[in-house]
Amino acid sequence: MTAPLVKPKKKNPVERTRLSTRPPVPRSRSAQGLTRAAAEGSFELQVCAECSTVQYPPREVCGNCLSAHLQWKPVDNRGQLIATTTLRHSNDLYFRERLPWRVGTVKMAAGPVVVAHVHEDCVADGPVRLTLKLDRSGQAVLHALPEKDTPNMSDAAQLRESTCDPKFRRVLVTDGKSAMGLAVAKAMLDAGANAVFLGDPTSWKANAAFDRLATDPRVQVVELDVTDTDSVDRLAASIGGKVEILVNTASYLRDGGILGRKDVILARDAMEVNVLGLMRLAQAFGPGMCFRAADGSNNAVAWVNILSIHAFAALPARGAWSASMAAALSAAQTLRAELSGAGVRVLNVFPGPIDEEWEQLTPPPKLAPAAIAKAIVKGLQDGIEDAYVGDIAEEIRERLRENHKAVERELGQ
Amino acid sequence: MSALSRTRLGYDGVVAVMPTTIPYVRYSTHSAHWWLGRALGELIRGAGIAKADVDGVCVSSFTLGPDTAVGLMQHLGMSPRWLDHIPMGGASGVVALRRAARAVQAGDAEVIACIAGDTNQVDSFRNTVSQFSRFAQDAVYPYGAGGPNASFALLTDYYMKHYGATREDFGKLCVAQRDNALKNPHALMKKPLTLAQYIDARPITDPIHLFDCVMPCAGAEGYLVMTEDRAKALKLPFVRIRSTIERHNAFPEDPIQFRGGWAMDKDALYEHAGAAPEDIDFLETYDDYPVINMMQFEDLGFCVKGEAATFVREHSFTIDGDFPFNTSGGQLSVGQAGAAGGYLGFVQALRQLTGSAGKTQVEDAKLGLVSGFGMINYDRGLCSGAALLERGTAA
Ligand SMILES: [Zn+2]
Repeated sequence: MTAPLVKPKKKNPVERTRLSTRPPVPRSRSAQGLTRAAAEGSFELQVCAECSTVQYPPREVCGNCLSAHLQWKPVDNRGQLIATTTLRHSNDLYFRERLPWRVGTVKMAAGPVVVAHVHEDCVADGPVRLTLKLDRSGQAVLHALPEKDTPNMSDAAQLRESTCDPKFRRVLVTDGKSAMGLAVAKAMLDAGANAVFLGDPTSWKANAAFDRLATDPRVQVVELDVTDTDSVDRLAASIGGKVEILVNTASYLRDGGILGRKDVILARDAMEVNVLGLMRLAQAFGPGMCFRAADGSNNAVAWVNILSIHAFAALPARGAWSASMAAALSAAQTLRAELSGAGVRVLNVFPGPIDEEWEQLTPPPKLAPAAIAKAIVKGLQDGIEDAYVGDIAEEIRERLRENHKAVERELGQ
Repeated sequence: MSALSRTRLGYDGVVAVMPTTIPYVRYSTHSAHWWLGRALGELIRGAGIAKADVDGVCVSSFTLGPDTAVGLMQHLGMSPRWLDHIPMGGASGVVALRRAARAVQAGDAEVIACIAGDTNQVDSFRNTVSQFSRFAQDAVYPYGAGGPNASFALLTDYYMKHYGATREDFGKLCVAQRDNALKNPHALMKKPLTLAQYIDARPITDPIHLFDCVMPCAGAEGYLVMTEDRAKALKLPFVRIRSTIERHNAFPEDPIQFRGGWAMDKDALYEHAGAAPEDIDFLETYDDYPVINMMQFEDLGFCVKGEAATFVREHSFTIDGDFPFNTSGGQLSVGQAGAAGGYLGFVQALRQLTGSAGKTQVEDAKLGLVSGFGMINYDRGLCSGAALLERGTAA
């Protein structure tokens, strides 16, 4: 049985920080189909459209009937562990530092035989569940998990290499005064975070909920205005080495399109917070998180951006804001590429309308900030990198896949 | 008329000669070209022929890149009228013979040099492993990057559980092979190995321990294929080819490898030769891991599936034993010089059957069996082959 994770001790400041290494990166283009599924936490393999044979490893043509029509589809993830081994040696730097490492051969109920990382609670020759997760290279890998959940199973070291669990980690919530920021901070504490640095962009403005949360001994209020480079740099100099998860809750949302105004002040303000704010935070906190990406059991693991489903499809009634969301998504993709070298995960969250003051006039359904915070915690625990939250986000995404022109026209009406 | 009802041609009049080894070293600063070039030079000098007399070349190498056999020909100043490049790892020695023998038989070439060699630079083993194959890249290497050790550990785990083989059984084979290697001046392992040392060795990838693994090294092996008449004219001791088989991706439906392609083809092998397992004087198998030896005992018909452990307990495998086996010491005790590992058993069999095996000579060896096994691609080795060889008599 997995031993429960112990709270990490205070770090000896003279001890050398272990630098991050990555598991093997190269994959064929077909294999990136696994990555697409893992990024969202689904379990899909290629299925032949003609003979229904499930394929693994990913192929260009069906290994049974040679059809080229292979489709990625959810398949039965159950299987039987038929062989296991524990590696006590590896030529790869990443695995060398993490030995022993358990892998095994799983005969899937769906047909294929796969090699997978094997959870320590899996019984030899017993039934297992397979799951697709991203490894520290951001590439998809298969993990075999016990058939049923076991106590502390998410604390297993091998599994934690694919997840970003807030448990015993320190989290920076960049704007703690918004409804979203408060909800995220609470959810992180509930998920076992060791500490929350609660950003305060407006120390002159009283907020009862904020003050209440600040009395929690695990919460440390920090001044942070993402539109002010000095403010961001000052905070990074003070706590940058302690941030293991950063959740950017700073957000600027106003109604209004583009033609209805004679200036770009609103647009500039939106860009200032939503895009340039993200970049300032990245420049100030990114390098420090990369440096600590392999630093013990509370290594720096994740960067969370709360974007919007409208990063993919503009909402003309909020045109300037939509443009800032699209720009923020683009910046987040670059950040993901830049942080991937160290193995720090970027989790982009795409909610639909949120039930908060600046969306007062948006008709329901609207997402409670607590629901988004819950989705973030689950996304970190599962180790995914794209989370679509709520029915509206899911629906727009589905419709974008079907006909993005229709979505464009309908959102413009 | 079905393909199966056609009779395969024999290899009458075609022989293999000149078993040649370029002594192995653990690490080499030379490239594969150097090793292959030396093997070719040695074959030409040893046979007493001119360079231009070699009008066919067959090459196997993992470290020749970016060159192939083609670039190597310009490098070596050869102008062959027949050229092949066989990327089949441990099956290369047998498969090269199959290709070359038919070419000589058909008159496409007169003298074919079959050569295999690789260099081993200090970090080249790691590079070879990570570039092995697409399936390995996508579906094995990211899982611990254990290389062949991990893949063979899984199938060894399965084999031991299902057939009751023990580490002592594997150890008995390894100890016997080391005993044989001590008589082979080319073997890199020079110290005796005891069963206790084998059992107590450090674990690498359970249940694989240190002495279950080959030592990567640099080296080359080669032989010539020509007509029997030519061999006689050159006064070269020669070896006749009684029968051969090869198979790729056998039994894809097996969930894990517990048998190789030999199991599909062994009847054809013996039938074509008019021989049976009990006629064989010695066996040279591809031994990258001991479990593969066990599979070859079974799949080549020396015992039934699952009974190799009993077979091991009942026989002795040294050169003077009742079942002379891997008489050079095999890769486990000689070293694995990349693709040359796929020639090691074949070249040793040629030595046995031309009376040039020195201290490793099996007395009165007349009929030998060589088997090859190569290319672990995803979860299993894909290529298998075997050749039944007979001592040629200069009648
Ligand atoms: Zn098909």
